[in-house]
Amino acid sequence: MTAPIYQVEGLVIDLYTPTVSVRAVDGAGFHVAPGETLAIVGESGSGKTVMTLGPLGLLPEGVAVDLRGTARADGKDILAMSPAELSRLRGGFFGVIFQDPMSALNPMLKIGPQLAEQARRFAGLSAAEACKEAVSLLARSGIPDPEDRYDRYPHELSGGMLQRAMIALALAARPRVLIADEPTTALDATVQAQILALIRQIQKEDGIAVILITHDIGAVSVLADRVAVLYAGQVAEEGSAIDVLTAPVHPYTRGLLASVPDFRSENATGTKEIPGIPPNQAQLEPGCRFADRCELVQPQCRTHRPPLVKVGNGTVPHRVACPVVIAAEGIVIHV
Amino acid sequence: MSDAIVAKGLKVHFQTAAGLVRAVDGVDLTVAQGAFHGIVGESGCGKTTLARALIGLQSATVGQVSIFGRDRTDWAKADRKGFARTVQFIFQDPLGSMSRRQTVGQTLEEPLQIHGIGDGKARRARVQELLDLVALPETVLDRLPRSLSGGQRQRVSIARALALSPQLLICDEPLSALDVSVRAQIVNLFARLQAQLGLTIVIVAHDLAIVREVCSSVTVMYLGRVAEEGEAKAVFSDPAHPYSQALLSAVPSPNPVTEATRPRILLAGDPPSPRNPPPGCRFSTRCPVVEPRCREAEPVLRAVAHGGAAACHLADADAHAMI
Ligand SMILES: Nc1ncnc2c1ncn2[C@@H]1O[C@H](COP(=O)(O)OP(=O)(O)OP(=O)(O)O)[C@@H](O)[C@H]1O
Ligand SMILES: Nc1ncnc2c1ncn2[C@@H]1O[C@H](COP(=O)(O)OP(=O)(O)O)[C@@H](O)[C@H]1O
Ligand code: SF4
Ligand code: SF4
Ligand SMILES: [Mg+2]
Ligand SMILES: [Mg+2]
Repeated sequence: MTAPIYQVEGLVIDLYTPTVSVRAVDGAGFHVAPGETLAIVGESGSGKTVMTLGPLGLLPEGVAVDLRGTARADGKDILAMSPAELSRLRGGFFGVIFQDPMSALNPMLKIGPQLAEQARRFAGLSAAEACKEAVSLLARSGIPDPEDRYDRYPHELSGGMLQRAMIALALAARPRVLIADEPTTALDATVQAQILALIRQIQKEDGIAVILITHDIGAVSVLADRVAVLYAGQVAEEGSAIDVLTAPVHPYTRGLLASVPDFRSENATGTKEIPGIPPNQAQLEPGCRFADRCELVQPQCRTHRPPLVKVGNGTVPHRVACPVVIAAEGIVIHV
Repeated sequence: MSDAIVAKGLKVHFQTAAGLVRAVDGVDLTVAQGAFHGIVGESGCGKTTLARALIGLQSATVGQVSIFGRDRTDWAKADRKGFARTVQFIFQDPLGSMSRRQTVGQTLEEPLQIHGIGDGKARRARVQELLDLVALPETVLDRLPRSLSGGQRQRVSIARALALSPQLLICDEPLSALDVSVRAQIVNLFARLQAQLGLTIVIVAHDLAIVREVCSSVTVMYLGRVAEEGEAKAVFSDPAHPYSQALLSAVPSPNPVTEATRPRILLAGDPPSPRNPPPGCRFSTRCPVVEPRCREAEPVLRAVAHGGAAACHLADADAHAMI
């Protein structure tokens, strides 16, 4: 197995606003290796974005943050870096694509020059080379007629084209880790399929690491090699996409998957719902975060935080934080 | 059984600085009473405009709509409040349709007050009933909509739409802003309400797997027109229109093993602008099986094998193209 290129462990992130304090991430971690796609799934507010982008210093504005744990990029401790070093790393080492392309693109500048500037600054190209690179990035991102699009302003492009332009922008710096935060949530099914295919193609060609943040299980099944399921700031389950999506163990993962219909499947599961809502992260109780919604809850679930333990012995470790199911189903724990 | 909605030759055109936008461009639509009808199609194809035009939130350029057998324009003119009690609209963004400063209790009571229904005590009892219908706890009554989760907010907007006991509910993307697991809760709520209250529901939705799961009938739109329509499960299992086939193929399977092995159709390009739809078939610029005649004559809706209808030169009751 290739060594991870971005690795976060024991991360705790508290966010403070004048009115509330929230434990957005509570002792969670993940890792991703070159050439690998890790999907981080979980419902809105579960901490996916904060956990992935927080260590890079990309946190919600106007909020006081207390961040603890370890985070390493290419072996370097990024939590010890100065803001200037971190900013450099963000530009060149990490590429980020967001749900809303306009949060990355400058509406006042033409598309091409924005890409060229990025390539010049972070990939170290000369102005002339950067301009050529911008055109080829647009072409590579599936934008037809790239020379013409080079001179267009963002508002002159459709939603799907803008998403491609943002991907081109993220690639301009030749990142080694591409973080895609809900990259297709706002897109139509046909355009979503195009964008996912594009991300997969780029990853194959460049062998970069990809982190896909999403609540769309379909997107996960298209792209991911590994999956981490986040619930209320903690990792409930992680493992290979095939293990987690076809043989889930944690009651939350099982519930999440049962709520997603599959119209190609003969024995369609339908839309089974998980009753209730996630806990209020401003007043967390000890014990398992899922206890209030869990059909299998036991008294000890409310007092002890379930540890993440390794089940099965596949090449990709499958870890689950639910001792109750593990015991009830006689699942073997590996150390 | 009679029909809840019959629309004929509906067009909604917008005059803009950049030219005429043909948002809805000749739609015939029938929704049976008691149906759970889905409207699907890509962004900008005219779903919202159609949904709004059906109930007069948007005036049509030409065309005619009848609701429960009555001409909608005449009905709304003669008895505006009666019409409003029968037909309710749910917006995509539940916050947008609620006042920021009104509590959930006030939000739910307001339509009852406007329509002069019951005294204070009766209204409060009705509000309690509404909360039970949408499975919200009484504790939300004093809260502001902003402080609720997305799913709770959508429940409040559904409860408000139900306050006057409508017979027809039209919902524009009530699921899009919600997480998948919350989507299941809301869509099951719709299905339960329909069975319990005998409602007719029209839902505009992006999530095709959910439409397949819960809708009885479906309309697939492309660029202002109906591409295909019919019984939802039938259309999804044997789509006759190449666009429907591509749209369904674009939906990934949640199972990575299925996903890695199934054949996939990737459409090239974006849909054309409704400012200048292509001549002939509107899908001809992206259709993988386009023929010369497709660029000349616009196909009309014809009966196809699944019992519904499709607008494609290659689709009739005996055969259709497979892309
Ligand atoms: N008031 C308006 N003035 C001008 N153009 C409009 C207006 N309302 C809608 N349109 C245009 O009409 C077309 C259809 O819009 P509509 O909102 O009905 O699409 P939709 O299918 O609901 O899309 P989405 O899935 O993005 O919600 C679009 O091109 C839109 O830009
Ligand atoms: N600007 C903010 N102010 C206060 N709390 C925030 C802010 N942004 C995020 N949070 C809180 O942090 C937690 C995790 O948020 P986030 O990482 O954005 O979740 P996700 O990406 O999974 O939807 C949530 O409880 C959320 O309410
Ligand atoms: S630890 Fe207990 S409450 Fe948590 S998921 Fe397992 S059974 Fe449910
Ligand atoms: S009419 Fe022609 S272009 Fe249109 S969908 Fe059918 S085959 Fe394709
Ligand atoms: Mg997020
Ligand atoms: Mg719309």
